[in-house]
Amino acid sequence: MFNGLPPLRENSRRDFLRAAGLLGIGSFLLGVEAAEERTITLPFENGIRPLVPYPQKRPLIRHTTRPPQLETPFAVFNEGILTPNDAFFVRYHLTLSPPPMELLEPEKFRVVVQGKVRQPLSLALGDLKSQFEAAEIVAVNQCSGNGRGFFKPRVPGGQLGNGAMGNARWRGVRLKDVLSKAGVREGARHVLFNGLDKPLVAKTPDFIKALAVDHALDGEVLLAYEMNGQPLPWLNGYPLRLVVPGFYGTYWVKHVHEITVTDIGDENYWMNTAYRIPDNACGCVEPGSLPAKTTPITRLNVRSFITSPETGTPLRAGAETTVRGIAFDGGHGITEVLFSDDGGRAWRRAELGTDGGKYSFREWKLRWTPPRAGAYELKTKATNRIGQSQPLEPLWNPAGYMRNVVESLQLTAI
Amino acid sequence: MLHSQKQFLPGFFILLVALSGSAADSRLALPSETTRLKPGAGLEVVNANCLLCHSADYISTQPPLTAAQWRASVVKMQAKYGAPISTNHIESMVSYLVANYGSAPTNSGMKMK
Repeated sequence: MFNGLPPLRENSRRDFLRAAGLLGIGSFLLGVEAAEERTITLPFENGIRPLVPYPQKRPLIRHTTRPPQLETPFAVFNEGILTPNDAFFVRYHLTLSPPPMELLEPEKFRVVVQGKVRQPLSLALGDLKSQFEAAEIVAVNQCSGNGRGFFKPRVPGGQLGNGAMGNARWRGVRLKDVLSKAGVREGARHVLFNGLDKPLVAKTPDFIKALAVDHALDGEVLLAYEMNGQPLPWLNGYPLRLVVPGFYGTYWVKHVHEITVTDIGDENYWMNTAYRIPDNACGCVEPGSLPAKTTPITRLNVRSFITSPETGTPLRAGAETTVRGIAFDGGHGITEVLFSDDGGRAWRRAELGTDGGKYSFREWKLRWTPPRAGAYELKTKATNRIGQSQPLEPLWNPAGYMRNVVESLQLTAI
Repeated sequence: MLHSQKQFLPGFFILLVALSGSAADSRLALPSETTRLKPGAGLEVVNANCLLCHSADYISTQPPLTAAQWRASVVKMQAKYGAPISTNHIESMVSYLVANYGSAPTNSGMKMK
């Protein structure tokens, strides 16, 4: 298995489409834009996906259309430590997503702060920028189910490769400052976040996430309006999204327009039923079994990837090459990345790159010379500041969350 | 019943066109839905009950799931997401899904509720 760089088999569908067009069935069934559609094959059963351009996006791996789920092609992670906005993954839950742009324009959009506060607020984007100090953080946003397609046994859900993650410089205002201005009242326990994406059926639970009050006031959680120096792309939450450094993307509510301070628990469906992991140290259970007790997913675990060379790249025995990649965790910071060229028997230390902060991707690299012709299984294993690392065998849970096994990449030297 | 489902589908696609046409800026138009489910017994019931809330690729991109897993998904859509699925449609939906997007239970035995 490969660490997420899907084998770069892009199969043009043009020939098929041309044939379909001759038969007179093309444009109706496949849509006009499909004429430019290419596919990518993720390395698991039923892994063929179209590469589709979306507004403000380069062609991304499309898993689903309505609501959209788009994955970043893995080669993007070799381009640099920040994931470009036009390549950043997209994940929605509710039918009416993304919200129509006319609800998001500056003259229309307001975020309200309500509930157990002394002074409810209704703020336009301009109010946020003029009334509060700007703050920035570089942080990884990773989908809880990133890598779900690699689970064995397979589990239902979005069948993602490893590209449902990205690292960006987020700029906005501190949630703490906004909540302080509203004045959190005694007895508040949770802060709820709701975005403008909506269900179609009234009985579908609206997508609302909760943070404990102390977390919401920690000074790191942002209400972000910029990503890598640009306004948020429409599909990444324009004009405002929550940024919860170190926490899985499910908390990073997009198009956030209602912030409600409450004295109740986190009883919403998306906290209380969905996005839960086994309530134990590994967040895992015996493959195929159900956990006795679950708890909401929270903080990213440690992961590392090789981003170059790509799988299958032919190498020359005796010739030096640079192996490079990325590592990250939930906010303790990566302190060590180990590399193996023999499937994990012997390990040596890679050189860490620029420190983008404890929530950022950390680049790493090393020079490596395949000593002889033959097959190599490359692996990397990262460790964070408090000694957490990655398992050599994958952990399993029924929802397909938190994959962080030591990944493998197959190469042959000639 | 089947007659009303046939009427429902064209209306549904008109709704989609209306939604996709609502973006004021053509640069913000979302690509249209292209995936269609495989033909087979029960397709109309699945189309009518599933595609109101999500596109067909939510089904077609799944790994081969067992009858128990498909049933759990359909029941979850009805019970947790409030999808207007008649309980007497569930078994024909599951039959279609297993026949076209399913697998036999394996020894590894996914015991999804």
